[in-house]
This record gives sequence, C-alpha cells and structure tokens, in this order.
Amino acid sequence: MTRTLIIRSAGPGVSVQDLGRPGHLAGGLSRGGAADRLALAEGAALLGQDAGTAALEMAGAGGEFEASEDIRIALTGAPMRASLDGAPLVWNASHLLPCGGRLKIGGCEAGSYGYLHLGGGIATVPMLGSRSAHLGAGLGRTLQAGDRLPIGADPGLRGTGQRLDPAARCEGGTLRVVAGPQTGLFTPEQIRAFENTSFRRDVRGNRMGVRLTSEAAALKPGGGLTVVSEVIVPGDIQITGDGSPFVLLSECQTTGGYPRIGTVLPADLPLAAQARPGTLFRFRFVPLEEAVEIEAAEQERRKTLGATLRPLLRDPRSMFDLLSYQLISGATAGDDLERDH
Amino acid sequence: MAIASEWPRISALGTDGFLVTFADSLSEPANRAALSFRDAVERSGWSAVQETSASLVSAYLRFDPRGISHAELLTALRGLLGRQDWFAAPLPQGRRLWRVPAVFGTSLAPQLGEAAHAAGLTVEEAVASLTKNPVRVQTIGFAPGQPYLGELPPAWDIPRQSKLTSQVPACALAVAIRQLVLFPVPAPTGWRHIGQTQFRLFRPETEQPFVLRPGDEVLFTPVDAETLERMKADPDGGARAEVIR
Repeated sequence: MTRTLIIRSAGPGVSVQDLGRPGHLAGGLSRGGAADRLALAEGAALLGQDAGTAALEMAGAGGEFEASEDIRIALTGAPMRASLDGAPLVWNASHLLPCGGRLKIGGCEAGSYGYLHLGGGIATVPMLGSRSAHLGAGLGRTLQAGDRLPIGADPGLRGTGQRLDPAARCEGGTLRVVAGPQTGLFTPEQIRAFENTSFRRDVRGNRMGVRLTSEAAALKPGGGLTVVSEVIVPGDIQITGDGSPFVLLSECQTTGGYPRIGTVLPADLPLAAQARPGTLFRFRFVPLEEAVEIEAAEQERRKTLGATLRPLLRDPRSMFDLLSYQLISGATAGDDLERDH
Repeated sequence: MAIASEWPRISALGTDGFLVTFADSLSEPANRAALSFRDAVERSGWSAVQETSASLVSAYLRFDPRGISHAELLTALRGLLGRQDWFAAPLPQGRRLWRVPAVFGTSLAPQLGEAAHAAGLTVEEAVASLTKNPVRVQTIGFAPGQPYLGELPPAWDIPRQSKLTSQVPACALAVAIRQLVLFPVPAPTGWRHIGQTQFRLFRPETEQPFVLRPGDEVLFTPVDAETLERMKADPDGGARAEVIR
C-alpha cells in the first residue's frame, strides 16, 4: 500500500514546495520553490534527508493531517500551534506521526510560512523537474480537504525526537544588499537615505514578493530613466512607481522594467519572506566579494545543520499534561516523550 | 563590480549572476546582440555557468561562484564581447518561422478599432500592417512561454492603456509600444486586445514546454471566427512552423 498523507483540512495557502525549478528563465518560468529555503534545509537536517525533498508549505495557517502508516515528520519555519491528538508538539523538531493520529497545525505564532516535512518526502509526480506548486505559472495548486499525497520511501535516518535551534528570521532586521545593474541610477545621497531608513513590511505581499513602506521621502531614480524590461531574480529590490521598495521572492516573474536599487542576499531572503505586515527592516549594502563569502558560508552551514541537532527534551514547566506521565516508577519502552501521548 | 561607460555594459546581478546590457532602449541591433551573445555564452561551454537567458536588450547568466570567481568570469565575458560586433552578429541557428492563424477584431478581440485609431490607421490598414511581415520573438518572459514580438512599424508606437483590462483570455494577441504580446494564460493587461489565436504557448506536460524561442519569427494569418473555432482541436491551434535557413 502506498504511504499517504491525508489532508483533512487545509488553510488557504498550503502547497507542496521544494527548491523549485531553476533553468527555465529563458522560457519565462521563474524558479519558484519554497518561500523560506532555509526551512527546507532545517527540515531535511531534522529527518536526515536531502534539502531538495518536497514538503508542505503552509502560508499563515496549516490544517489537519493524518497518515496512512506511521511516518516521521518535522516542523520548521514560522512557528505554528501544533498538536498530535490534542497534545502539543514542539516546533523546529522531529516527531512520530502514528497511523491514524490526528496532526493539527493552526495559525502562525510569528512569521508567515510554516513547513511540514515528511520522512521520505512528498512523492507527487514532478513537473519540469520539481514538485513545487507555481501558482503564477499555473503549475500545481493549493491543497484542499480530501487531498491525499503519496509519501516516498523513508530510510528513517536520525529517527525522531530531535530539535534544532533555528536562525531567527521572523522579526525582521537588516537585509544585506549587493549593488546591481541599476544601482547607479540612484545618487549616493539616495543610497545613504535608503540605508538609513526604517522600512515596514506592507500588507501587500505574497510568494512573488513583499512591498515595504516608510515615512521617508519616496525613492526616485535619477534622470527619469525608464529601464528596458530585463531579467529579474529573487532578492531584487524594485523601486515601484510610488517610490516604495518591493523585494522579489521565489515566485517572482522572470522579467521586469522597474529600476532595482540592489539585490538582497539569498542568505537574508528568509527574513523578507517570513516578515509579517508591520515588521521593521533596514537595508545595508555589502561589497560583492563579502556577499559571495557570506553565501558560501551559509550554504556550508545549511549542509551541516544535522550536526547541531539536540535530543528533544521536554521542559516540565511547559508540559500541561504533566499528570498523565508516569513520573516515578514502572518499566517503559523509553520512548514516552516521543509519543507525546 | 566595475561598470563601463560605453555599451555593452557588464554588471553583476545578485551574488551569482552577470547581466550584459547592449543598450538603454529597444532596437533591432540591440535585440540581435542580446540573442546572439546569449547563444555564444551557451556554446562557450563554461562549466560553472548554470543558466543563461536573453531579454530585449540584455543577456543574463547565472553561475556557481564556487566554480569560477566573478573576476575570472568577467575577464572571460569581456574576451567574448570583444570577439565581434554583436550588434551586427548573425542570429542564432535553428530559428523557426511560425504561421499563426488569428481572428482580428470582432467580439473575440474587442480593442482592434481603438488600437487602430491610436495608430492613425483604419481597421483594414491595421490588420494589413500587422500581418504583412513576420515579427521576431524578441524575448520570452513575464509569464511562462510569453513572447514579446516586434518590432512593428513606427505607427504602432502607441502607449499602453492607463487602465488595465481586467482579463484577456489565453492565446490573446495584444499591442502597445511597437510590440505584440501573445498571452499563454488569462491575464490582466494594459495592452490592447486586438486579436485572438488558439496557439498554446506553455505546455508543461510535454518535452518542449515552451513552444516559442527567442529569435523565432511569427507571421499572423487572418482567419474568421469559425475557422479559429475548428482549430481548437489542433494542439497547435493551426500554427505551423518551418526552420529558417
């Protein structure tokens, strides 16, 4: 029998995502993939599998899920209220989801995109080399109650009951930027003002990008120059007609004609993706050489996240169901904590 | 990254890409240069280059900075740029001429009259002008498989509408600023909807998901609504391609 994840209910923005489909820019198809790629790396580390393994991305809210057999799961990205048969589950950790158990994932407590990873990954049929839904391109769709997703074979490496300390990224902060083809359209004064402005994430934002607003004067590129439409990439900061920066994310279009003041480093894009409306940001230009080093170090760090895992020990102060544990005596199989009752 | 004052200009884009820009406005030679130079980068076999694409007047390449440094690749790009006059380069081989049946005007494409008026032409003159010569796929972008076609005669230098049309159907043909766009999927647009085809441009379920390639040429053939309706049964919507020699 095929291992299956059954969707009992789903929030409005739940979709299958992996690292997307690079290589189709010339055809007008952007890479797409998870809004928070770091979360994919973290889920992969928790379950001991490849970072390209497809997971469920949950924008804003999760849903109710059930598995046809015992499966391993991991929860990463924006922390959400999660429970298994009513007992709370720790976020940024791996757990056992037993056959028939009811996994409930509610709204985000911080951030915007939470991820549910499955041991063996989601094994839907890839399209153009990826399982990611790309809603803008009409590839795939959001999930609905009644959907059943096939799960791949799980070698079970690393078991369950592990946690990791995620890099903080739901509270905004500084986005590091490299100069690009149109940075020179802005005067040094404008660049300085841009770096000295606190921006707030606007309510307008989705997997294509997020708009930022500020109290400062609108940014206007010099010379009234229009830009001939050209390739745009995730991280590009377009300055739109009203002078507001718009940071492009994974599902952005492939070409655009707005001047770009610079490009946010891929390492910092999870911050932009996870921000909720109202979150504060600053921008800081870094030299290209430094940016390349930052990226190389971040890629290396993501590969070795597995070495940072710790056993999932529950803090008695946070165990509301303390009385249901056998605390004093008796023989156990040693996995009480994992079962989460 | 250093930016030279003359065209073409090379700039870093992000932490893993370069953009080679040939002009600051669209022209046939600049588009030719972008298409030819991208083709040359593709054929150069630089192992660290992971992807290339061309847009209207620029070529982009994405690479693995762990495989080659920015400085080394910049030197290689400068060498390739200096090898010939890219504005006069032959276009890439293997281009095709597509003959695409289209209904102009009628209720299927309600803005033909308005667009013709803006161009200072009668409706008949407009259709004749749009179907006389092939137009080149100058770039594919914005949406999967979506071509920008041109360059149309100067009369067609008409602006986009100030208000968006809330939705044009898939396979719609629209005009503005001496260019035509064919829509792969239903979309809101500021371009005027002047023709309707049955030509599916994005076929993700097939080996060749993007039907048109930059450099291809397209000649629109006027047909009536009944003829177009019959073409719905044809996967290519009646379009036929031949290799340009």
